[in-house]
Amino acid sequence: MNAPFPSLLHDWTDIGHVSDVPARGARVVRFGAIEIGVFRTADDRIFAIDNRCPHRGGPLSEGIVHGDFVTCPLHNWVLNLATGKAQGADEGCVKTFPVRVGEGGRLLLDVGVVVGV
Amino acid sequence: MAQRLVVIGNGMAAGRALEHLIEADPTAYDVTVFGAEPRVNYNRILLSPVLAGEKTFDEIVTHTDTWYADNRINLVKGREIVAIDRDLRTVETADGIVAPYDKLLIATGSVPFIIPVPGHKLPGVVSFRDLDDVETMRRAAAGGGRAVVIGGGLLGLEAAAGLRMQGMDVTVLHIAPTLMERQLDASAGYLLERELAGRGIEIRTRANTHAILGDTHVTGVRLDDGTEIPCAIVVMAVGIRPNAALAKSAGLEVNRGVLVDDAMRTSDPTILAVGECAEHRGLCYGLVAPLYEMAKVAAKTLTGTDAAYVGSVTSTKLKVTGVDLFSAGDFAEAKDREEIVLRDAARGVYKRIVLKDNRIIGAVLYGETADGGWFFDLMREGRDVTELRETLIFGRAYAGGAPLDPMAAVAALPDSAEICGCNGVCKGTIVTAITAKGLGSVDDVRAHTKASASCGSCTGLVEQLLAVTLGDGFKVSAVKPMCTCTDLSHDDVRRLIVAKELKSIPAAMQELNWKTSCGCHKCRPALNYYMIANWPGEAADDYQSRFINERVHANIQKDGTYSVVPRMWGGVTTAAELRAIADVADKFQIPTVKVTGGQRIDLLGVRKEDLPAVWSDLNAAGMVSGHAYAKGVRTVKTCVGTDWCRFGTQDSTGLGIKLEKAMWGAWTPAKVKMAVSGCPRNCAEATCKDFGVICVDSGYDLHFAGAAGLDIKGTEVLCHVDTEAEAIEYGLALVQLYREQGHYLERIYKWAKRIGLDTVRNLICDDADRRKALVERFVYSQTFFQTDPWAERVAGTDAHEFAPIARIPLAEAAE
Ligand code: SRM
Ligand SMILES: Cc1cc2nc3c(=O)[nH]c(=O)nc-3n(C[C@H](O)[C@H](O)[C@H](O)COP(=O)(O)OP(=O)(O)OC[C@H]3O[C@@H](n4cnc5c(N)ncnc54)[C@H](O)[C@@H]3O)c2cc1C
Ligand code: SF4
Ligand code: FES
Repeated sequence: MNAPFPSLLHDWTDIGHVSDVPARGARVVRFGAIEIGVFRTADDRIFAIDNRCPHRGGPLSEGIVHGDFVTCPLHNWVLNLATGKAQGADEGCVKTFPVRVGEGGRLLLDVGVVVGV
Repeated sequence: MAQRLVVIGNGMAAGRALEHLIEADPTAYDVTVFGAEPRVNYNRILLSPVLAGEKTFDEIVTHTDTWYADNRINLVKGREIVAIDRDLRTVETADGIVAPYDKLLIATGSVPFIIPVPGHKLPGVVSFRDLDDVETMRRAAAGGGRAVVIGGGLLGLEAAAGLRMQGMDVTVLHIAPTLMERQLDASAGYLLERELAGRGIEIRTRANTHAILGDTHVTGVRLDDGTEIPCAIVVMAVGIRPNAALAKSAGLEVNRGVLVDDAMRTSDPTILAVGECAEHRGLCYGLVAPLYEMAKVAAKTLTGTDAAYVGSVTSTKLKVTGVDLFSAGDFAEAKDREEIVLRDAARGVYKRIVLKDNRIIGAVLYGETADGGWFFDLMREGRDVTELRETLIFGRAYAGGAPLDPMAAVAALPDSAEICGCNGVCKGTIVTAITAKGLGSVDDVRAHTKASASCGSCTGLVEQLLAVTLGDGFKVSAVKPMCTCTDLSHDDVRRLIVAKELKSIPAAMQELNWKTSCGCHKCRPALNYYMIANWPGEAADDYQSRFINERVHANIQKDGTYSVVPRMWGGVTTAAELRAIADVADKFQIPTVKVTGGQRIDLLGVRKEDLPAVWSDLNAAGMVSGHAYAKGVRTVKTCVGTDWCRFGTQDSTGLGIKLEKAMWGAWTPAKVKMAVSGCPRNCAEATCKDFGVICVDSGYDLHFAGAAGLDIKGTEVLCHVDTEAEAIEYGLALVQLYREQGHYLERIYKWAKRIGLDTVRNLICDDADRRKALVERFVYSQTFFQTDPWAERVAGTDAHEFAPIARIPLAEAAE
């Protein structure tokens, strides 16, 4: 998870239940015009990253999730869900968002304060 | 006079704390222990062997009556403390005994969690916590019948194994997709499930208990999906809760458990708490190792020595005889991890170590756990393992010996495993021929057994059998692995999936020694295809292993919108269909409507959320998915043939439609395109298709292995047939052969080139029985796949694919 120490600085929004996201899959959170991909790994860890591939904007939430990675559906860039970094020869990075599993399996996402969307 | 120490609870933590206290200073306290259980202290974790009948209660007693007497400890059995008066410093039992204390130690353990489904209070519903529970279970077992265990965690599985050994039929209901999912990953969970299933324990994962049935006693369990399982007893083993109610009513600070500091003191310094009832630095524990450490610290605090408990890292073992399983570390909070995986299918071994910053943060071992302690030590010490890394997974004893044998999977095959699918030759036959006839090459094997003599897909396996049988004398040619997760080629994987009857992706990954825990975007879609192609109706289609297009049944476009292509059978449409398409385009403001190269219409730029509604409208007009997105059957182009054309020799349109109706919905290694032309002028371009038919006066010329995409290739002639029925039969047989042999993403022309055009011709044309069998398998498979995926999704399947999980309004988040 992106936020090992939940602190008061976070502004958590309840976005659903862990089971709403398929294991080795993802769902999208709409935040204004921004899309955030919320990913669940095979072993039930949750990550949230910007849903736009640094290559050409592919919707990452549609990719295949393997280990801690997602493969972009458009041209197969592989991105690390924890760091947002592209793997291998490809260079690029997407923004990651703090997300955690709260009481009763609720998913809490911090979209941060975004100015001027 | 010595101070008075009262202990509430006579379990494992209390026992250990008393031992340390006596060791430190046997005269410091006059000790009174109140235990709710009517017996002396025993090793609770050994209740599982008692249930299984492998141990007696006497063998697990840790503190006998004599021990209490010798140490002048006053044990009050069978009495529960119901109140603590902190002002008077007394405790009180249910029957009114009051005992004063100077120091109080709370060690009340946990209470089993009971899911409050209807019927949970019926007699016959038991938890698994103390000897009484074990005795109830053993009495039930004596009556025979079925036991349902709710919960596939550590406790549940130990209960299940025990009850099975007592002769009961056992069903385990587990809510998650794999067993012990908190301690194990899917691969180890698969091995465990297989092992337990092999012992006759039925495991149902993703099973949600709806109600427990019965009037005066349990008679069964009903699941959410309506299934009813008759049973004589229900064991609830879904979890535990710290038993902190007494402390809370005494006004002590309690969160999930009784809050304690590093010296094990509660918010009242005269009162200490240890064991599962305590919460230390935000954590409650459910295993004995932490409470042993707590007990040591509590004894020191009681005798006035400074000591601090700093928390524990825990590891788990499952105590089911014959199951070796070890898990340690918290995978849940990891970030930037790397993993090392070792699988040895031959021995049923799976090992996974998770590293972060070159330190072990988690380990799962199945089948061989001897190194568990070593990994655990490295993990607790936080040792940098950079130097050990290369050989770490092989364990402590590894001293530069041989790495994992890449031929293990083949070596482990039973003699009856079929190696050559074309000629039905099994391993035993090949190995016997090699030894008895002194064979030394693949050609020899071909000559003597026919294995690998047809399509050649099994050549790799035959080589491996030669190597396994002849030892170092035979060198296996290098193969191109499917991807970096495995050393095996597509051929080997395909053949082994059949030979070993592997029916799920985790099963294949384990049995074939996959080097990663969850595969990658290259192997997972391939494995998923091999599963559903080989085991239609048996292997589950794993949607998360499919590319997005096949998951949402539309083609993703560069801007994240989708295109929708309805089927137009044989390229024929009607005014009504065109009108419906036009209406859909208007209603959903679809920006582009285009005629495709496949004789049908493409609606481009559809928003993902609109897909189900678009399909619903198209369905209503009688149209179904055209699978324009699929590694599957795409289109059958036709020309107008005898219906209209002055040159037409046969009903090319009609045959095209029949072919498309027979084949639509089939998943294939790569896309399959077909065409039927009414005469050799070939207006439907049948001679650049995967399968093409050119109608002639005398019947039908069948063509195959053409391409017009990345490569341009005219077709090859398959054969000539006289009737339309034969044309369809040969077409289906060809596609089925390709489905069974093609590598994932390999078009027909590449597959045919690889195995030889003549081989394909022989396999399809020369043997009518083989051809009919291929057709039969195709038709059988179609019974599972010829359902319109659009209609299914309109009806609600995979609804989560089409809507965001949440919409966060800008204002709320910006506050
Ligand atoms: C829509 C269409 C073009 C058009 O506007 O006419 C089209 C569009 C695409 N083609 Fe095609 N192909 C279309 C006919 C063809 C044809 C002609 C035909 O089928 O008669 C060919 C050459 C024949 C052949 O396949 O041999 C063709 C050869 C390809 C190839 C190269 C395949 C190969 O193995 O060489 C690809 C790439 C691939 O599949 O990997 C491709 C891939 C694609 C994809 C799926 C690219 C992608 O992955 O996103 C395009 C999807 C567009 C969409 O969203 O609908 N398309 N494509 C045609 C749809 C036909 C249909 O009704 O289903
Ligand atoms: C079947 C089984 C198998 C297990 N296997 C393992 C294993 O393999 N490895 C492992 O590490 N752990 C295992 N555990 C967990 C382990 O047994 C517990 O962690 C451990 O027993 C906890 O010790 P405790 O003293 O905190 O609680 P307990 O041992 O439960 O003792 C608490 C005692 O307090 C009594 N009590 C509660 N309230 C009162 C009251 N108000 N007045 C008087 N008495 C009271 C209870 O009756 C109980 O006897 C297993 C547990 C079970 C049930
Ligand atoms: S050329 Fe042949 S196939 Fe094409 S339209 Fe004319 S008759 Fe039909
Ligand atoms: S847009 Fe993601 S790989 Fe190209």
